[in-house]
Amino acid sequence: MSTPVIKQASLREHTRIHGLGIYRPSVVVTNEDVCQWIDSSDEWIRQRTGIVTRRRAPRDVSVVDMAEAAAREALADAGIEASQLGAVLVSTVTHPHATPSAAAQLTDRLGATPAPAYDISAACAGYCYGIAQADALVHAGSAEYVLVVGVEKLSDFIDNGDRTISFILGDGAGAVVIGPSDSAGIGPSVWGSDGSKHGAIRMSHSLLEIRDYSLAAAAGGEGTSAASAEAQAALWPTMRQDGQTVFRWAVWEMAKVAQQALDAAGITSADLVAFVPHQANIRIIDEMVKQLKLPEHVQVARDIVDAGNTSAASIPLAMHRLLKEQPALSGGLALQIGFGAGLVFGAQVIVLP
Amino acid sequence: MASNEEILAGLAEIVNEETGLAPESVEMDKSFTDDLDIDSISMMTIVVNAEEKFGVRIPDEEVKNLKTVGDAVNFISGAQS
Repeated sequence: MSTPVIKQASLREHTRIHGLGIYRPSVVVTNEDVCQWIDSSDEWIRQRTGIVTRRRAPRDVSVVDMAEAAAREALADAGIEASQLGAVLVSTVTHPHATPSAAAQLTDRLGATPAPAYDISAACAGYCYGIAQADALVHAGSAEYVLVVGVEKLSDFIDNGDRTISFILGDGAGAVVIGPSDSAGIGPSVWGSDGSKHGAIRMSHSLLEIRDYSLAAAAGGEGTSAASAEAQAALWPTMRQDGQTVFRWAVWEMAKVAQQALDAAGITSADLVAFVPHQANIRIIDEMVKQLKLPEHVQVARDIVDAGNTSAASIPLAMHRLLKEQPALSGGLALQIGFGAGLVFGAQVIVLP
Repeated sequence: MASNEEILAGLAEIVNEETGLAPESVEMDKSFTDDLDIDSISMMTIVVNAEEKFGVRIPDEEVKNLKTVGDAVNFISGAQS
């Protein structure tokens, strides 16, 4: 008996961003606030990072809450019902449960059940990883519309006394709906990783260290002492980075990746209306602009000044602000690039929604 | 291969471009941080530009040992030979 021929999903030629939504949390943290925790000054922080304020979510606002707010706005902007979603992808490294995913809970809240849902752990490249996957899912006919959310509540994973990265981090969420298009709206993704530099941006401790300490403290009968509780609290995982290593990689290696994304899309930087890099540090952004020799007319997103570095949320937040301030950019080409802990990176040229 | 004088002059040019400091202020015994007020991010830009200019590799872990301009000149000179 011959093997029957099976059907395969039919391919779609083009995809694009149909809608964009964001959530900016209410608490504004100034450089003066930061200087209560580390020996620094407003001038030093502005000069080193470009950041004037960062926003943080209140204690009772979760990653899923922020994702939901951004997602609802993106669906409304796209004119798409939640029930039309064929997949929900949430890029985050700050959902406080390894499992179940934030994506499954978000899908339920939105009324998009039974859409497939999963989280993506790609730190500051998470949004571009999400776009790469959503684009591929729609292309391949696996889904018609895909929701991609970049969301972080980094304030739950910082150490206010840390001088390496904590003071630059903020919270927020950005979401887009990706779907079919009559013309090309998302260029080929240039994405990758370099795990040899996994220590360059990292969490200070693993959850197993907290478990092992707790077990040892309990066995020693010291589990209730104040010193023991303090030592245990110090094991809570918080972000750290090797600034110089990250800066070198982010500027000179990522400029090459950004150029590859332009080449893959078949355009040059002269064809861009905007450059929307991950908002890591204004010095990285400015140096990348220099390395890429971007023409003057290309608008560069600098949302970091009052949003801080919001990891997976930074690109959609920065894009939203750029479009709000300059609506005429809509329909033009933007280069987006995310890069961060892993190390991981991803870049695409997209048509701005 | 460049002489130490040539390396110093080249380095002074790079420092000038990054920070605006007068090239003649970049002297062998000057500390990058204490005397020239160069921060860690500017230092990395100087390192990458020096790598390109002198055709050497300066690993990340070596950068923290380059306290003075002389340290950098000697490292580049050694890496070239």
